[in-house]
Amino acid sequence: MKPVPFDYVRPTSIEETCALLAADGDARVIAGGQSLVPMLAMRLARPARLIDILRLPELSGVRDDGNTVVIGAATRQAATEHHPLIKAKAPLLAKVFPWIGHPATRRRGTIGGSIAHADPSAEIPLVVATLDAEIVVREASGETTINAGEFFLGPMVTAIPQGGLLTEIRLPVWSQPRLGVSFHEVNARHSDFAFVCAAAQVGFDETTHCTACAVGIGGLGEFPVRLDRAAKALIGTDLDHAAIADAVDAAMAELDIWGDLHASAEYRRRVGGVLARRALIDARQAALECPQ
Amino acid sequence: MKVQLSINGERRTADVEPRKTLLDCLREDFGLTGSHTGCEHGVCGACTILLDGEPVRACLIFAVQADGYEITTIEGVAPAPGELSVIQDAFCETHGMQCGYCTPGMVLTATALLRDNPQPTRKEIVEAISGNICRCTGYGQIVEAIALAAERLAHANAPQRAKP
Repeated sequence: MKPVPFDYVRPTSIEETCALLAADGDARVIAGGQSLVPMLAMRLARPARLIDILRLPELSGVRDDGNTVVIGAATRQAATEHHPLIKAKAPLLAKVFPWIGHPATRRRGTIGGSIAHADPSAEIPLVVATLDAEIVVREASGETTINAGEFFLGPMVTAIPQGGLLTEIRLPVWSQPRLGVSFHEVNARHSDFAFVCAAAQVGFDETTHCTACAVGIGGLGEFPVRLDRAAKALIGTDLDHAAIADAVDAAMAELDIWGDLHASAEYRRRVGGVLARRALIDARQAALECPQ
Repeated sequence: MKVQLSINGERRTADVEPRKTLLDCLREDFGLTGSHTGCEHGVCGACTILLDGEPVRACLIFAVQADGYEITTIEGVAPAPGELSVIQDAFCETHGMQCGYCTPGMVLTATALLRDNPQPTRKEIVEAISGNICRCTGYGQIVEAIALAAERLAHANAPQRAKP
């Protein structure tokens, strides 16, 4: 359980980090290290050099950008969890923290680290995929923005190019007067990897008509998926149980689902559908309870 | 690589390989073997230390990453040599340990909890130690120990942090 030898550098700016990344194909970025260090210890990862970005001040912090909440990639999960702006404007993200590791790992683990690691069952990637957040990547040549829908390519594989550094995440802020969110997960033990997890965010106007809807499921396959067709079918309805069941069942039938030792594909399909339905029902309830 | 750490209030330096974890550095370079080596991949919590006052896993940080931070290990918890902290004492009294392997991590996690939340509910205690595994499964007495320590600290004739 000891990593192979590597070099360690702690650059003092984003530019320096990008130059170091561009110069060395065997280098890897380390931030909180709560997923990477176990992989190094088990020698599943063998980078020649670690580039530590955790102390770069420009990568840390949460800010309100009007239509989006912008989170620096190296912002600690624990700092985000208790941030008033996240609670107020990114309630779906605020909801998932209790399921992410333990208090001790959330104090070191970062938001960007979880997204760049891209574990198919991880909670933060699911939120990012469900809300179709924008992910900002810096390279020596400039900055690019990638939508979450095009960001996750496979288990632990993302669209970050060689030499690229994830710098920030932009979560869209919904303008509906009444908003509800919900998250459900099934795992072997609390805080362990999810077999399946589902997230939903819904918005209502002054009546009981749903005017915005997003629902996503993690742990089913290569990466978290957003059920676009289900969301589209539900907008304009009252989000009654029958409409939710029809929309989710139709969306689940289209998905390619994996099985493994922990949970078969059939189990994941069934539980995924149940959790997505529950998430939508609870999100609707929460939205309708919002003071108008 | 040279690293400079402040360990239990003392400035120490070591020359370490970048791949050496903070846990191995504390145990091997500084002889602080109270931080226990368990799973070495962040699951068990036996190596929990306080980094700038916050409980973290020493096996998931390389010593070079900790350069410049304040570190508290179990050796730095007692007020004086031969004495115990209120929390350590409560662990003895309620038999909050069996084999003792998880105890340093439990005590440090509890120390940070009671500093930030002097009167935690049972649920808050359980959540705080949820990342620390006791393989003897003596959780009942560990929770009891932390609750007893909270009660004693509340009645202690010592300055308390104001409640938010």
